[in-house]
Amino acid sequence: MPTTIDRSRLREMLRAGAQLVEVLARREYDEEHIPGAISIPLRELNRATTSQLDKSRPVITYCYDYQ
Amino acid sequence: MSSRAAWRLESLGFPSVFEYQPGKLDWVSAGLPVEGTAAKIPNLGTVTRRDVVTCRLGDQLSAVKARMASDPTSTCPVVNDQGILLGLLRSDVIQANGAKTAEEAMIAGPVTFRPNVALEEIDRYLTDHKLGHAVVTTSEGELIGLAGADEVHRRHAELAAK
Repeated sequence: MPTTIDRSRLREMLRAGAQLVEVLARREYDEEHIPGAISIPLRELNRATTSQLDKSRPVITYCYDYQ
Repeated sequence: MSSRAAWRLESLGFPSVFEYQPGKLDWVSAGLPVEGTAAKIPNLGTVTRRDVVTCRLGDQLSAVKARMASDPTSTCPVVNDQGILLGLLRSDVIQANGAKTAEEAMIAGPVTFRPNVALEEIDRYLTDHKLGHAVVTTSEGELIGLAGADEVHRRHAELAAK
């Protein structure tokens, strides 16, 4: 079950090497994203697009807000 | 959306999945850096002075006045040990009420803004309300700093002229 984290924990995890994925549309990512995030829009999340991620390291997803 | 994405990642065999539910809005509201085309556009955070003099509830205004002497800021935010904004001291109040404490003299619950607010919006607000500065905090109320109306107006005019 995915674990919900806050901003403080997110920063800690990024420092420790976690992977960050923005799942909004590519246009929104291009406009503004958290440093180090990669773009995989929700509709494109599949085995092929996630092959770039390392399963041995934590993965964190985010979008715009609590939607 | 981030929840569905996190569950989808689990279904794809990722064993350690987290979701940052507050999302990008929370991040930019805290004044943290971003990348992308919008990152190049100045906003309220860009013009916010972060090295402002602050005081605590129990500080006497005479002591605050002494600390403010070397600071051009005309107002002093009152914060707690966690840096959370509790109130604001106007310069005329600081000058005239030396024996009072900050708690006795402060304006409680001042209007605050997040650093991701557009310069156009904050310039209009400060002009319409005849305010000399904007108090900038995170969404949790932690003080980031103050942005002077003159600087906001100047940077907005520069941006508009481009």
